[in-house]
Amino acid sequence: MAGAKITSVSRQRVAAVAGLLLLAVAAITFPLVFSSPVVTNYAVYALIFVAVVSAWNMFSGFSGYISLGQAVFFGSGAYAVGIAARDWHVTGTAVFALLPLAAAVGAVIAVPFGLVALRVRRHTFIVITIAVFFIFQLMAYNLNSFTGGTIGVSAPFLPWSPTTFNNRFYYITLACAVAAVVIAVLIRRSRFGLQLRAIRDDEDRVRGLGVRAMRVKLAAFVLSAAITGLVGGVWFLYLTQVLPASGFDPLFDLSLVLMAFLGGLGTISGPIIGALIVEPGQLYLTIKYTNGYLSEILLGALFLLIVLFVPRGIVPTAGEWIRRLRSRGRPAVPPVTSPAREASEASR
Amino acid sequence: MSMLLRTEGVRKAYGGVQALDACEIEVGEGSVAGLIGPNGSGKTTLFNVITGYAKADAGHVYLADRKITNLAPDKVFALGIGRTFQLTRIFASLTVLENMLVASRHGRGSARKHAMEQLDFVGIAGHQAELAGTLSYGQRKLLELAYVLVADPAVILLDEPAGGVNLSLVNHIADRIRELNAAGKTFLIVEHNMEFVMGLCDRVTVLDSGTVVAAGPPGIIRTDRRVLNAYLGEDLDAGEDE
Repeated sequence: MAGAKITSVSRQRVAAVAGLLLLAVAAITFPLVFSSPVVTNYAVYALIFVAVVSAWNMFSGFSGYISLGQAVFFGSGAYAVGIAARDWHVTGTAVFALLPLAAAVGAVIAVPFGLVALRVRRHTFIVITIAVFFIFQLMAYNLNSFTGGTIGVSAPFLPWSPTTFNNRFYYITLACAVAAVVIAVLIRRSRFGLQLRAIRDDEDRVRGLGVRAMRVKLAAFVLSAAITGLVGGVWFLYLTQVLPASGFDPLFDLSLVLMAFLGGLGTISGPIIGALIVEPGQLYLTIKYTNGYLSEILLGALFLLIVLFVPRGIVPTAGEWIRRLRSRGRPAVPPVTSPAREASEASR
Repeated sequence: MSMLLRTEGVRKAYGGVQALDACEIEVGEGSVAGLIGPNGSGKTTLFNVITGYAKADAGHVYLADRKITNLAPDKVFALGIGRTFQLTRIFASLTVLENMLVASRHGRGSARKHAMEQLDFVGIAGHQAELAGTLSYGQRKLLELAYVLVADPAVILLDEPAGGVNLSLVNHIADRIRELNAAGKTFLIVEHNMEFVMGLCDRVTVLDSGTVVAAGPPGIIRTDRRVLNAYLGEDLDAGEDE
């Protein structure tokens, strides 16, 4: 019995490792197979969102604090790289050395932001994150000498051939996405991640078990902000320009929430799947229907469908279906295997 | 016997309702103390004040000689006071074992081992991989007790441990409390099940309208007229005088 269980676990592990290897090969060879700049452009954006939604999820998904202010860190990271490159006269590929600055700016902003916003919960927290978001957007519009106002900030020219430009960014964003996902996995497996998930269930109870909930939440918020700031910097270098409306875009946060909810809030693979579905779809619709708001309308409709039919998201719902299929034909109550089990069943 | 936990003149009001009024209790080190009283007498409020979930308007709480009045719940827990709740508060989306690890202060490997020992002690080790939200009410009570034990607190406050569970589980819980007490743990227990309280506690304190009306060994409390007054809502003394 135990031997069969071990064999089953080892089989699952082998399958998981093989699946990951296959995924890695597919991800690495993707731009070689699909070399069209249109396709690689879609892929770059999708990977940017995989990284950001994973960063958002490691705070909001794990802790249950739904933030609609992630664009604060994304836009600030973009502006940090742009302003630093402009004022310090950084040119060429040396601008990539400014990416840690983008992460640091995101983290530094997250400290006072979190210290204020994380004192409240649920709807109040969401409202505060929206308010802070609009403060940053207004600052980007109005601090002309610093942010360039409505003209924004342009990135230095990268000496890369147009034929390899997208591919290079594909690998950079792939590295960002992999790093963000790996960090999310490590957090979820750690006691820190456990405490975040416990906060989602009952924050007051967590505090009563000696966990300094504010510290745990703030640490996750800052880490999430740092990753988002860095990816914002990469996005800026790819797009070569940041404007107040694009750096601090309210649709950015709504898209993140949609991706996470579609895939499965608080899971690792859910937000990735969500990003890979929503972002290319959104880009396609935006490019195809340039003057309309079809993508936004469809985004809203998709949100409604998720809430109605898969409120827990694709990954948890699929997991539930698989468990049901596997348990078909098995007894509802497993046989008693030990005296301890017997005692615990008696207590039911 | 030295006093491990005591309150002095604790007052707490919610709006116009005086939940605790100059409340004073004492819990001796290594004892099992009971806290009884009719519904609304302030028992859970006193638990909340002691554990930092509610702030006292006046008065003090001491753990040994240390003043712990109005400390945050995480600090109170770190100082050695663990508690359970009347309505169980477990982390439903985590597995039983993960629930145990939230409060653990051991290293990665030993935390798991220690957690499994505690689960085994309360009798739900077989459910370690199940989501806590799927446990029965009685098993949730046991889980809550187990994850409080993980951090090895000096004093354990149990809010209605026997409430809403079947008789065999009540006896199971009582046995676990006796074992822990024999190992040196101090308990303060709020409970409506008089048989449970009188059979387990060394000393019982009776609250009524936020004030202590009687305190002493169970045998004496059982026949105390002030206690009967509080529970039955009759002025027995006045009736006798007439």
